Amino acid sequence: MNLVRQANTTTWLSPHTGQVWELVIGLEVHCQLATRSKLFCGCAIEFGAAPNTRVCAVCSAQPGALPVLNGEALRLAVRAGLALGCSIAARTHFDRKHYFYCDLPKGYQISQATRPFCTGGGVRLRSGKLVRLQRIHLEEDAGKAIHDRGPWTLVDLNRAGVPLIESVTEADLSAPEEAVEYLTALKEMLQHAGVSACDMEKGELRCDVNVSVRKPGAAYGTKVEIKNLNSFRFVAAAIEYELQRQVAALESGDPAQRLVQETRLWDTEQGVTRSMRTKEGAADYRYMPEPDLPELQLPASFVERERSMLGEPPAERRARWQQQWHLAAKDAEALTQTRELADWFEAAVRAGAPPKECASFLLNEVLTAQPDSLSLLLPRQVASLVTMVAAGEVSHASARSVLRVTLAEGTEPEVVVQQQGLRMVLDTRQIEAWCRQALVGREAIIADVKAGKAAAVNALLGPALKLAAGKANAAVVRETLLRLIAES
Amino acid sequence: MTRPTPNTWLHLDATQLAYEHRSGARSVVDTIAACCARSQRLQPRWNAFLALDCERALARAHTLEHAATRGRLHGVPIAVKANLAVEGLESSCASRMLVGWRAPYTATAVARLEAEGAVVIGTTNMDEYAMGSSGESSAFGPTHNPWDEARAPGGSSSGSAAAVAGHLVPLALGSDTGGSVRQPAAWCGLAGFKPTWGRISRYGLVAYASSLDCVAPLARSMRDLDLALDIMAGPDARDATCSPTALHESAPFKDLQGLVLGVPHEWRAALSDGPSRAAFEACVEAARAAGARIVELSLPLTRHAVSCYYLLATVEAASNLARFDGLRYGVRAAAHSSSLAASISSSRTQGFGAEVKRRIVLGTYALSAGHAEAWHTHAAKVRTLVCREFDEAWGACDALLGPTTPFPAIRLGERSNDPLSLYACDALTTPVSLAGLPAAALRTPLVEHEGGQLPTGAQVVTPHDADRLALRIAEVLETQLGTQALRSPAAEVQA
Repeated sequence: MNLVRQANTTTWLSPHTGQVWELVIGLEVHCQLATRSKLFCGCAIEFGAAPNTRVCAVCSAQPGALPVLNGEALRLAVRAGLALGCSIAARTHFDRKHYFYCDLPKGYQISQATRPFCTGGGVRLRSGKLVRLQRIHLEEDAGKAIHDRGPWTLVDLNRAGVPLIESVTEADLSAPEEAVEYLTALKEMLQHAGVSACDMEKGELRCDVNVSVRKPGAAYGTKVEIKNLNSFRFVAAAIEYELQRQVAALESGDPAQRLVQETRLWDTEQGVTRSMRTKEGAADYRYMPEPDLPELQLPASFVERERSMLGEPPAERRARWQQQWHLAAKDAEALTQTRELADWFEAAVRAGAPPKECASFLLNEVLTAQPDSLSLLLPRQVASLVTMVAAGEVSHASARSVLRVTLAEGTEPEVVVQQQGLRMVLDTRQIEAWCRQALVGREAIIADVKAGKAAAVNALLGPALKLAAGKANAAVVRETLLRLIAES
Repeated sequence: MTRPTPNTWLHLDATQLAYEHRSGARSVVDTIAACCARSQRLQPRWNAFLALDCERALARAHTLEHAATRGRLHGVPIAVKANLAVEGLESSCASRMLVGWRAPYTATAVARLEAEGAVVIGTTNMDEYAMGSSGESSAFGPTHNPWDEARAPGGSSSGSAAAVAGHLVPLALGSDTGGSVRQPAAWCGLAGFKPTWGRISRYGLVAYASSLDCVAPLARSMRDLDLALDIMAGPDARDATCSPTALHESAPFKDLQGLVLGVPHEWRAALSDGPSRAAFEACVEAARAAGARIVELSLPLTRHAVSCYYLLATVEAASNLARFDGLRYGVRAAAHSSSLAASISSSRTQGFGAEVKRRIVLGTYALSAGHAEAWHTHAAKVRTLVCREFDEAWGACDALLGPTTPFPAIRLGERSNDPLSLYACDALTTPVSLAGLPAAALRTPLVEHEGGQLPTGAQVVTPHDADRLALRIAEVLETQLGTQALRSPAAEVQA
């Protein structure tokens, strides 16, 4: 069956029954905090390190070892809550969540069940819709179980104890693209607040989707949870798949297809979801307060300090740039990809670069030059180069070669321009002299121009510029040629 | 000072022994060699140790003998309960599950004693994972009471108690979760001390019930306990629950003038036999004679303490013991398992003993969906009420004085088939544990019991952080009672 999306709505029409359906979606996002060490021990966090080399008595759950909270993780978690407009609890504590698995050394995960550090808040979509957050809590990651290396399962505990925040939305989303927009905005806010790198390739952002369907206005239907999606594309595809599957099941009336509350996994190869376990088979996590960690107090001064670290939210920053600096929406979007890039751009503008020209130079020349170009340049270097281009002192082509030299050798752009004699000639009399010389013996063209065929002057442009050895601005030369012909 | 004869180390307390080592009057190597030899020869008799490492101890003795700095426990041999991590030593928790597990690190409490010159000679027998009150649940056979080898030394710190009572070492570490040091102290005629919860770092103590567990010393003098406490107490960056407040300084008391001691009616009433009652009344009289004012008071929740304790402790135990899945350390069941669950299940089935399994099952049940509210949550509320009851008592007295156990040492095997009657041994120690209070276990007079002479004990319980006050009062009481030099017949047993 194929449901038909009704134009400009978040409802779908079933062609067979004529019934209209809508989606109810909630998201749980796990995000790895950008700390140097683990949540409850001093082990370094290092993606790609040799298996079981970032492991100690605490994170391998040796008998007698105890957890001690990493203060940096708490600070980043609180900052995440503030970035998302949540309220931070004055007191919070940890709980143990029990289950047996080979990648969970203690037999329980230290998490937060009853008193998370953070509640409320949310993310506003472009449509104006607010996706409310229920809560955010702090917890440790499990290790990795590797099942595809022979008849046994291998366990790598490097990831065990890595700090995560889990943010849980209300069931406020009603379409796949809303889910993607929410996730994109969430990721961007967390990155800009310095909370997480959110590198999905490294599993630093993982998403569980709760999805059900209903007739508009009806009570919630039976929901399923799709676990561990590591790309936004898969999130959209899994929701789309579930919409079709659930409506088909409901409309079939077939008891064998009856929807049950269950956990499903997304099969990347086949593009389908598959049942993992039903609610009856769900684990009883037996949450209990973690006796090894005292209650945490989060005093106002601590919270305010983190608020001061937040920086401007990316959406507000874009709006400001568009309004004050007349940046194109597309450029503003591209320059807020990361907090570092956005900060870099602002620094260049503060160093005197004209914003629009600077934005386009950054996006079209600098970022495409080589992957690490930003780290090899200073904002003021780009500012001075862009300023010279904008003033017509240096041509675009020259600017590109200056950039290459500065990237390779670190030489200041002014010095390169000087050394290579790239500064444009702005002296009107000198330009007139070149133009007069170019006009010599070209009476036919002069006549054509006078007869109204202005384009004919283009044939003189090349010779004039050649006389100027590339140090004259083409537009200025063209204007000068036209003026001289008109005056003659 | 007269030149000590080689064997007199047997009767010295740790403070005196360290003094003689420091001053050069006695050789550390001689002491450690004699102590190791005695412990080895008497091992078959009391089964006090699970792992003796004389080589390690002697190597350390040689180092200490010539050390420039000499600590407060210089050259003092100590025994450590097998649920404390000592790097390189087997700390099996008396469980088949952990046979061969050598800790990759040393517990903070042990490391601090070692830093003052203590020499760990081995890890001691105990109830498996500290779950038991008689020392009989060890997977490696029961410990015997040096006062009467047919009797239990008490538990769960059974081996540490036997090692000190048998004059194998002057000082030993145990752990006290619901009475596991105070009760063996009473049954073995020793001084024992349970600190305020959080006073001594738990880092390296294999967790049984984290919110109740305390590292706790056993000795033959109150001043040794005071010294050990002074050395071990204090914040530890590896234990977030360790108290940041400093231990109170206090000089020894001459008497108890100006102090009010409360005697809870319910504790007194728990004593089951005439001789035990008489021994406790002698202690109350001693307090009065030392100048204390005695007030009677009531702690009615005492009768709920055992059930409350066994609910909370088993819930935490089920959680704490989840890490023993046979995957990373300890014993893994033969690999015929078809699945991870089957492998974990058979390792745990083979590795844990009956009492440990009983408590894991009880604790899992009490926290499971649909039952947690009725059992775990309810017990947590009762615990709050118990704490409040003690808080009210501090309005009426400076310290509480009560017996430690309802009866003297039981015969081995006497209650093995009746866990509930064994749990009843903890009636007087568990209320104090639930409230996290400090308690000094002192020796009261010997009693005639079932045809023999057996030790009895009392406990002095003080408010949070008044650890030293409890020790000072207990010290005066022992002096007044003349029990401070009590020696078991084992002291005369020549190795």
